[in-house]
Amino acid sequence: MTCADFRRFVDAHLDGELDLARQAEMEEHLRSCPACSRLAAARQSLRTALRSEELYFRSPARLEQRVRAAARQGDRPRLVTSSRIGAALAAAAVLAAAMFLWPPGSDRSWSDRTAQDVVSAHVRSLMPGHLTDVPSSEQHTVRPWFAGKVEFAPPVVDLAGDGFALVGGRLDYVAGKRVAALVYRQGAHLINLFAWPAPPRAGETAESASTRDGYNMVRWTRGGIEFWAISDVNAAELRQFAALVQSRVP
Amino acid sequence: MGTRSSSEAFERALLPHLDAAYNLARWLTRNGDDAEDVVQEAFVRALRFFGGFHGGNARAWLLTIVRNACYDWLRRNRPAEAHDELDEEVHGPSEPSPTAEDLLVEQVDRVRVQRALEELPPAFREVLILREFEGLSYKEIAEVAGVKMGTVMSRLARARDALQRQLTADAGKR
Repeated sequence: MTCADFRRFVDAHLDGELDLARQAEMEEHLRSCPACSRLAAARQSLRTALRSEELYFRSPARLEQRVRAAARQGDRPRLVTSSRIGAALAAAAVLAAAMFLWPPGSDRSWSDRTAQDVVSAHVRSLMPGHLTDVPSSEQHTVRPWFAGKVEFAPPVVDLAGDGFALVGGRLDYVAGKRVAALVYRQGAHLINLFAWPAPPRAGETAESASTRDGYNMVRWTRGGIEFWAISDVNAAELRQFAALVQSRVP
Repeated sequence: MGTRSSSEAFERALLPHLDAAYNLARWLTRNGDDAEDVVQEAFVRALRFFGGFHGGNARAWLLTIVRNACYDWLRRNRPAEAHDELDEEVHGPSEPSPTAEDLLVEQVDRVRVQRALEELPPAFREVLILREFEGLSYKEIAEVAGVKMGTVMSRLARARDALQRQLTADAGKR
């Protein structure tokens, strides 16, 4: 691989969008070329700078009220004016595109109740005041907090060095069970990692990924514990998060 | 489906993505009040066609509508900025990436990053917002922006080249 090739693909590489063969070539080139290593480091710095929470504009509370009001109003039949016809045509084009892009079932969705509960618990946790019962970046504070609240000791790992900061823990309720929820933050994004004891004889299952309602999810079973990670970080990063957790849990 | 239940389903599917909608609109319009108007308009459009949404990726579906509403707004209010297709004569082909000038994150403060990002053409800005802030995959960005995946890849690379060059130049001036 030449330096020109490396420059061409460096962003796709850092974005986790290259296939495995090309990734390996990039890594190999990176090890042998100081100039390209500097470029990759600069790009990494840029990514970190962009992911600052301060650059993310959260919706003001009043906008939610406006949107809810508009949604209720919009449910009523309205007079169609010529400008509305234009808007409707534009929106119909969007709809046609959307139907083309996301036909029903094209998403590898998990339809079972657990997946739905995980999504609901994740969304609920993002509402003000619902994120953590024990806000702490200390694994040694979060882990003991669960003693007596769930019937197992949830593994709490410190991934701050890898860009996933522990935010805290929470007791939650998923698929009819009390479960441990561990919250991590990456830039502006929150990740919920749910854990509960796997059924006896469930064995180990390798991680599998899916999306549902626009959230990425990864689940796996290891050491008698079932894990579900969910977030709006992209799928590659959530898989990276899952791999890190698995590598740290004995 | 009754009025009440359909608006409830709508709110349940789309309201969790209100921050994502607002953030994209805020970066494309570069103004908070305008972003609110555009998001409201986008939700009205989304509602009108929600019956045609059969599940799947609600966030990407909503962001597609928000993005189109933003461009409609730009066409009406800032026609000079509203080209979602880049003029390749002006903006490309890509210059070689800056290599030697090391960019360290400690040198970069929020205000400068924000200014540099706002100065990018909207077609560059939107791919960066969707990628860095919303974590969308290239495939999802291609769907939202209505371009090919290869275009997403080259726009992201050129957007980051431009940002890196700008921020490195800023750092050199101090």
